[in-house]
Amino acid sequence: MATIHYFASIREKLGLSAEQVELPSQVDTVSALVELLIKQHEKDDKEFNSSWGDVLNNTAVLVAVNQTVAKFSSSIKDSDEIAFFPPVTGG
Amino acid sequence: MRSLKISIQEQDFSIEDECTAMRAQHKDIGALATFTGLVREMDDESSAEQEVSSLYVEHYPGMTEKNLEEIAEQANQQWPLLDITIIHRIGELKVSEQIVFVGVSSMHREAAFAACTFIMDFLKTKAAFWKKSNNSDNAGHWVEAKESDSDVSEKWAEAKQKR
Repeated sequence: MATIHYFASIREKLGLSAEQVELPSQVDTVSALVELLIKQHEKDDKEFNSSWGDVLNNTAVLVAVNQTVAKFSSSIKDSDEIAFFPPVTGG
Repeated sequence: MRSLKISIQEQDFSIEDECTAMRAQHKDIGALATFTGLVREMDDESSAEQEVSSLYVEHYPGMTEKNLEEIAEQANQQWPLLDITIIHRIGELKVSEQIVFVGVSSMHREAAFAACTFIMDFLKTKAAFWKKSNNSDNAGHWVEAKESDSDVSEKWAEAKQKR
């Protein structure tokens, strides 16, 4: 099981802060995971009027794999922790 | 670097207590540079300035601490530093409250000043924190990242070449 985290504006738009997802073997990159998540949440889009596709495919979205900044082309495996978030604004 | 203190906390901090603790660490400290960030009333996000009544700060537990450790380590590789303290608050913060503290001690001021600025520049662009500002109507919006902030890597790379 992979653990997926959503932070800040992305968490709010999706109405979810974290979830566990079983990764099929062909889902081995962040991009493939994004496609899987969009598909898995199709029902939520209708029910809560969200748009997982619009939120996660936005070019401003950043990703971290096991708490290290990664790319959408980065490889992932089923035990990974993956997080999606907007550009950081601390300080 | 002899010691590094990183704290992400809801509660406020005392600049004086932090400085006193750093001063007590070693007898060869000649310079202690500190920076304190505060919640500002005016939001300079949009052209129409909006009054901010509070900020909400969120972080990524685990990753944020790693980000700060890396930034401190990068500073340590560039300047002869003694100790570094980085404190960042999270949760709901009101106008004029303290958000962030960076303290850097060194034998001489140049290293302490430069490293303090370096740490803040990278904290703003690389550490996993997000701010949401709330105005008096309770309409909150997530603060957008500034482009001027994201140019810091280039700025410090150029500065390094000149040294």
